[in-house]
Amino acid sequence: MPMVGASIDDVWSVSKVYALRTLHSISTRYASSPEPGTALRTILAAADLLRAKACVVISPDSTTIEPDWLQRLVRPVYNDNFDLVSPIYRRQMFEGVLVRNLLYPMTRAIYGYRVREPYASEFAISGRLASDFLIKEPWNDERTKAGTEICLTIAAITGNYRVCQSFLGPKARPDRSASDLVAAMRRTVGPLFSSLDSNFPFWSTITGSQPVPTVGAQSEVMLEPVRVNRKRLREMFATGVVQLEPVFRSILSASTLSELQRIATLEVSEFNYPADLWAKTVFEFAASYHKSVISRDHIVQALVPLYRGKTLTLLLENRDGFEEDIEKNVESLCGDFERLKPYLLEIWADRK
Amino acid sequence: MREIIITELTQALHDLGRGFAHYLPRLIVMLIIAFVGWMIAYLLKVLARSILRLTKFSKLSENAGATQLLNQAALPSSTELLSRFVFWVAWVGFILLGVSVLGIVALQEYISQFFLFLPRLFVALVILFFGLLAASFFSRAALLAAVNVNFRSSRLLSISIRIIISIFALSMVFEVLGVAKETMLIAFGTAFGAIMLSLAIAFGIGGKDVAREFLEKRLVTAKKEEKEGELSPL
Repeated sequence: MPMVGASIDDVWSVSKVYALRTLHSISTRYASSPEPGTALRTILAAADLLRAKACVVISPDSTTIEPDWLQRLVRPVYNDNFDLVSPIYRRQMFEGVLVRNLLYPMTRAIYGYRVREPYASEFAISGRLASDFLIKEPWNDERTKAGTEICLTIAAITGNYRVCQSFLGPKARPDRSASDLVAAMRRTVGPLFSSLDSNFPFWSTITGSQPVPTVGAQSEVMLEPVRVNRKRLREMFATGVVQLEPVFRSILSASTLSELQRIATLEVSEFNYPADLWAKTVFEFAASYHKSVISRDHIVQALVPLYRGKTLTLLLENRDGFEEDIEKNVESLCGDFERLKPYLLEIWADRK
Repeated sequence: MREIIITELTQALHDLGRGFAHYLPRLIVMLIIAFVGWMIAYLLKVLARSILRLTKFSKLSENAGATQLLNQAALPSSTELLSRFVFWVAWVGFILLGVSVLGIVALQEYISQFFLFLPRLFVALVILFFGLLAASFFSRAALLAAVNVNFRSSRLLSISIRIIISIFALSMVFEVLGVAKETMLIAFGTAFGAIMLSLAIAFGIGGKDVAREFLEKRLVTAKKEEKEGELSPL
């Protein structure tokens, strides 16, 4: 079984420990640190060259990886003919906020599949999906280069490939600085918004969502306390709403903007960014991105302060929460995204 | 004496009649050129308006911040304004072409100067438009970047960038037009130098303590803030 990893040198050194037979590898060196998209393209090209039945990609940032992760990822492709195996992680209660508050609910509402990790750092794909993705994806596009992982998930869904999920284990906590939030938005939200343009005939007819076959737990949350400066989050949200008002005026509707301005005046104790308003905000950003009302990159960046406000609401809602409550809140948010999808279609067609 | 006066008057009337008869066809030609020019200019205006609408020029103008400026000055939209500009430039061009047919020597030089000025006017307008577009883009980029790193004077920074780029574009426009070239060059150089010098003095002397505090805060407490202020988004 040929297996291709993200960091071939690392996988090779780890794999030797478990190898019972000769391992074949295709390795390449990059002149400089490559974009994730370029690296993934090379991996998929190697898989295509080997005519691999299954291809597993492991993130070089993954420090909690266990040997059985590979088995959990590759088995559904190898034995059950699935084309994409997306991971499910055990996460700390307040980690992966962007995934839980935007990427998962929006992908689910738009494309109708409940894939918990649309931006997967570890995943397995079938040879046919790898070859197809390699041919069809516009690799020279900046968004593909930066957010290939989410493009792959969307390509699998829109291409009617068989998608499933597999529970892996604890997700490593990446050491991220504040500036990484903008980069994370560019890598994930940008390609997600961009995918709506080309896939409009597919997603515009979908209503509701369907579960995806899952091996293992649906989700697991670790209830460890986390120190977060709530005042700073509120301040960054409020400052963003005030300072970016001219930018928001060209992106958001008047009612949404006035509601955000009202929330920006609230103190931390009474702060609340309601789920339906968040869904409406995200959809208005997506429609503005489609219409390119201003530079598309600026639209994605303008979402950052609002995301901070949503993060603060999440912290406040779940400060004494249990795992069930967190899951219930995520489900409720997904419900709001699905319920407001007609609103997205309405503003999508609006020429203004 | 009386006869001489009558003869002179008759001669003058004959000369005037001859001169009028000489100029009348040219005047008619000039009027025809002006009329045909009006029609061509009108067609060009319609064509320019259609092209600008097709290329979504209004959106570009909105991004440049030009629409906002025009609205504040109660002027028509940028598309309408530019198509009207095309009309007037074309029509005035035809009128001057017609005037040159009259053969008035004193006007010839001014007419040729006008036609030589047109390409420069066009280049100046292009520079002005792209200057405004660049000012709008970079000021917004600075505003977003500053807000996202919680910089306190984000709006001030953004406005400063917009003003600097706009002044730079305007000085280029005046240079291309050849209007008050030296005055503009000196004014721009002085203003730009003054801004830079005042910033340097303000930051180096006036804001010494603020600068120290800022750097200390960034270097010493950055890690702590990072841990407490941000959660992993992915």
